[in-house]
Amino acid sequence: MSAPHEWSATRIAAAVNAGEISAVEVLRAQQAQIERMEPEVGAFLSLTAGLAQEQARRVDEAVAAGRRLPLAGVPLAVKDNMCLQGTVTTAGSKILAGWVAPYTATAVARLLEAGCLPVGKANLDEFAMGSSCENSALGVTRNPWDLRRVPGGSSGGSVAAVAAREAALATASDTGGSIREPAAFCGVVGMKPTYGRISRYGLIAFASSLDQIGPIARTVEDAASMYDVMAGHDPMDATSLPRPVEPTARALRDDLRGLRVGLVREFDTKGLGVEIDAVYRRAYEQLAALGAEVVEVALPHAEYGLATYYLIAPAEASSNLARFDGVRYGLRVDGGSVQEMYGKTRAAGFGPEVKRRILIGTYALSSGYYDAYYVRAQKARTLMASDFERAFAACDLIACPAASSAAFEFGAKGDDPVAMYLMDYYTIPMSLAGLPALSVPCGFAGDGLPQGRELPLGLQLVAPLYEEARLFGAAHAYEQATRFGLDRVPPVLEGVR
Amino acid sequence: MDVRYVARLARLDLSEEEAVLYQRQLDRLLEHVESLQRLDVSQVAPTAQVVPLTNVLREDVPVPSLDRAAALAGAPAREGPFIRVPRIIEEQE
Repeated sequence: MSAPHEWSATRIAAAVNAGEISAVEVLRAQQAQIERMEPEVGAFLSLTAGLAQEQARRVDEAVAAGRRLPLAGVPLAVKDNMCLQGTVTTAGSKILAGWVAPYTATAVARLLEAGCLPVGKANLDEFAMGSSCENSALGVTRNPWDLRRVPGGSSGGSVAAVAAREAALATASDTGGSIREPAAFCGVVGMKPTYGRISRYGLIAFASSLDQIGPIARTVEDAASMYDVMAGHDPMDATSLPRPVEPTARALRDDLRGLRVGLVREFDTKGLGVEIDAVYRRAYEQLAALGAEVVEVALPHAEYGLATYYLIAPAEASSNLARFDGVRYGLRVDGGSVQEMYGKTRAAGFGPEVKRRILIGTYALSSGYYDAYYVRAQKARTLMASDFERAFAACDLIACPAASSAAFEFGAKGDDPVAMYLMDYYTIPMSLAGLPALSVPCGFAGDGLPQGRELPLGLQLVAPLYEEARLFGAAHAYEQATRFGLDRVPPVLEGVR
Repeated sequence: MDVRYVARLARLDLSEEEAVLYQRQLDRLLEHVESLQRLDVSQVAPTAQVVPLTNVLREDVPVPSLDRAAALAGAPAREGPFIRVPRIIEEQE
């Protein structure tokens, strides 16, 4: 007999709406699990028990009054770069340590309205800059599948919380892969929508033309339901799409008949090692077995993705992070003059990766270099988007890895930033093109590890702009046929270190 | 790239060690980024935004905004309704 913290969001909501269990009881079970897991996993920077209790009571009252809420009583982790009114919101940075958000992000507000219980703020790489969660200035999160390994980043806390059953759902954000890569590393489902589908209001900005909020869940159905609640135009975000949202949770498929799946020539997995290559080959065969026509497509400019992204994203970040100056909020280090205050505050408040990106971004935008770097990168971005357009004339979905390896050990990337940046190789092109993409568990890699201690791998599926329903639909078919993310639990849950 | 100059533009104080380290790390990144110079982008327009929306406006009607007390609550130094900062304007002699 499983306990509520092990249930899917879909099951929790159905049970709460049917009066079989109260939101307050769900919360109690969830908080007990959080207490058990946190000493090992460290997914959260702060817990929001009071808020969760209030919400649970509100949900129970609504249900008693006859209302049905789409996510009634579902425990939710909120990535700590998203504002939740009254909670400490830090973006994983010392520069916002202790800062209390005076308003709530639209995406989070919609989830609360739908009945979610916010259990805590999840850890992340500082200002969402990173691929391992090691850049958090405020806490360490460990991969529930192997506590000596990173959960991935930047949404490390979000994925670890869901994998460790500390929450059924988590919000996360993706700029160059920060949802998809950690989802792969922790064996959960993580999805990034079409740029503009989910409001960025209340998301602490990193790169404004790339940032997107997305769902993390243990099942595709749960992720789709969460997306359905969050998506849609928001007048508070001038980049949010005015398009109506096609519901995805009701469009899930059992097979892939009639779909053409494109395998990208430039993303051949031979170079990833015998074992990982085999996992992806099997995944592609499974897509064909489900009825998809598998074709080869090309993304000729994919190799320029990293260079393009690591100019555009830091450039936009250098502008967005200029507001952290010690004046209105967050850390202030005093100085004799305003300039001194700025210089000292930012020196003390930002970590090394953030500083590096501000520097490279400032340089790329500076006089004399703007055309050669930033504008050129924006043109490369156009070429990449055109590559995808051409590819999608020949297929309906693209399949490729979500990451080039399974989760690595803490410190494995050394002090060479570019080694870490290479983790984004498979996820960056889709971000640059604004396309909806997700990661769904597709197998395990042992790599010399003892039996039963293998690490999750993620299959990335990419759809054309606005085709989230197709994306979730196909992922569901694959998930149900293979069950990689459904049948196996992380060792930490069984008390195994 | 002169990391100390760029740091001044970014209003970011760097220690001597940081300056040396970041100079090295960023020079390495810039080498990697040089690959973009190989691309022929002469006929290509830059993409600022993938899904082009322009002039997203609303009616010029006042609506409730952030409560002033809430907005000031996070300020490191306050004086009444003001945020206190070091001198900005030089004193006239």
